[in-house]
Amino acid sequence: MTNESLYQSLYRIRRVEEEIAKVYPTDKIKSPVHLSIGQEAVAVGVCEALETRDIAFGTYRSHALYLAKGGDMKQMIAELYGKDTGAARGKGGSMHLIDLPKGIMGTSAVVGTTIANAVGYAYALKYQRKDAVVVSFMGDGATDEGVFHESLNFAALKALPLIFICENNQYAIHTHQKLRQAQANIWERARAYGMVSERIEHNDVFKVYERVKAAVDALRAGQPGPYFFECMTYRWKEHVGPNEDYNLGYRVRSEAEPWMQDDQVPRIGALLDSSVRQPIEAAIEAEIREAFAFAEASPFPAQSELYTAVYDEA
Amino acid sequence: MTKPDLDRIITYTEALREATDQEMGRDPSVVIFGLDVDDPKAIQGTTKGLLQKYGKERVFGTPLAEDAMTGAAIGMALAGLRPIHVHIRMDFLLLAMNQLINVAAKSRYMYGGKVNVPLVVRSMIGKSWGQGAQHSQGLYSFFMHVPGLRVVAPTTPYDAKGCLIEAIRDNNPVMYVEHRILHFQKGPVPEASYTVPMGKARITAIGEDITLVGISYMQLECLRAQRYLATVGISAEVIDPIWLSPLDIDTIVASVRKTGRLVVVDNGWTTCGASAEIAAQVAERLQDERPIKIHRMGFAPVTCPTTPALEASFYPTSRDVAAAAHCLVRPGTTWMPEERADLQCIDFKGPF
Repeated sequence: MTNESLYQSLYRIRRVEEEIAKVYPTDKIKSPVHLSIGQEAVAVGVCEALETRDIAFGTYRSHALYLAKGGDMKQMIAELYGKDTGAARGKGGSMHLIDLPKGIMGTSAVVGTTIANAVGYAYALKYQRKDAVVVSFMGDGATDEGVFHESLNFAALKALPLIFICENNQYAIHTHQKLRQAQANIWERARAYGMVSERIEHNDVFKVYERVKAAVDALRAGQPGPYFFECMTYRWKEHVGPNEDYNLGYRVRSEAEPWMQDDQVPRIGALLDSSVRQPIEAAIEAEIREAFAFAEASPFPAQSELYTAVYDEA
Repeated sequence: MTKPDLDRIITYTEALREATDQEMGRDPSVVIFGLDVDDPKAIQGTTKGLLQKYGKERVFGTPLAEDAMTGAAIGMALAGLRPIHVHIRMDFLLLAMNQLINVAAKSRYMYGGKVNVPLVVRSMIGKSWGQGAQHSQGLYSFFMHVPGLRVVAPTTPYDAKGCLIEAIRDNNPVMYVEHRILHFQKGPVPEASYTVPMGKARITAIGEDITLVGISYMQLECLRAQRYLATVGISAEVIDPIWLSPLDIDTIVASVRKTGRLVVVDNGWTTCGASAEIAAQVAERLQDERPIKIHRMGFAPVTCPTTPALEASFYPTSRDVAAAAHCLVRPGTTWMPEERADLQCIDFKGPF
């Protein structure tokens, strides 16, 4: 981890998603998009602490995770465009991103679902004596679900090499955590299942990196898992789509403003000399142009693709 | 190739245990778990001795968490294991539907063919001794409905072993359905490992006048019905589909093309069930070819009652099947065979 690598990752995610928001009204992207803008610091802080061989499972809001874990940008944009060259050959869309060589094992539209898949993957890695850890991303909404509790219990019971990351942006679509949960103590509930758990405030990319890195190091040293981090963050855009939604009335812009003032992208950018920062930005802008051009130029899947990949007939 | 040894007679549960043992022995990626898998009763003996032989990492009981444990099984499969997840009652699968339908069935397709989920989900259907509303449901048609899943419901010990090995080696999720009463069946089972190929039905009795398709436990009632019908000169062909997905409709269609009459007897409700699917496919295939008569039988369209007084009427019996078949072959006449001791249904004795 360096300031350069943090900035590279943060800026890359922010700019890709800004481009997605810009292109979205053209209807070229034929997929619901749940933008991570404002929440990038969590995925970046976590993934900076991981190696390529480590495994990540995510949610439908996983553009940031996918890119931070090293996911191929061309395949991601092509997937959003529904093209044959997409990460899932156009059959998954924004909510089902995958990049196996980068350890991105998939993301799910049904809230909480991948938590259990991550637990099973970690069980397998432990049985196979592999030197890798699994990271399970979830939102605060997922902690309402029964599968969250069942999964944490089993992960703790088996002391799995697993790190749970709760990206708490406080809203499940338009419903605040306090209208869904009697206690605002997700991290404490995780601890009650028998794991090291803490809350990381302020969407602080350094703090996220530092705490997750310590957990990864401990797991690699053979210490028992799992770990749980409740990472406080904030979603700037609407639940799904490219726009803001402060006009809906379920939240007010003044609530978002402290998070926007504390934006991690310029915060880390300011730590770099412009002679370092500008080439990073220029390279990313070029990569984004190339990725969108690739998606535009790629063909849609052939009609015969409708019927492929239902079963493995090998 | 030597002929399989069919002199050895073992039970359905022993066949399941042997299949699991042989696959775990040949492939270290096979693991088995579920509620009570490692307890002294060892799932009717089907997991007996596996813990001692393969250790607690590969054979383990789980918390009562069907949803997460199904999700974990999928995660293991994604990581290269071949998990077998066991449920002592199929009714409990309803707690795992999100993972089964939204993840296991869909992962390969929605990730563009990049992943496989080689998962076997074993589940048992109860009957008699007050199994009642929530221990008796044959819900396999739910899974037949969804692309991406395989569904198998073997009847004999021979098929129990061969289908389980086939399911474990398959790279796709397989719903493996066992009827609790079939657990007590004995039959010839070769000791050496073998597979019963998916998508292939078995003709269990050859006949000319009518085709009886019996699913899971109802295969036994159809075979009994065939013997009742023989006493009045009606020759019934009996088919065990074995695999419900993929379904070997060709074998059933070929039989009905010959007999012109079909009774499908399901171990579930008829509405939107496996019997509806089979009847519809046969009708579509033969409607322009020849006149056919079709009748479906299954659970009474009510919740399964516990009292034996009512439960007896909830399930079609072999005599009911014979009477319905007779009605199709000789319209306008009614006939109900006298119950024969040698063709009686062997009910399951409690407590469990």
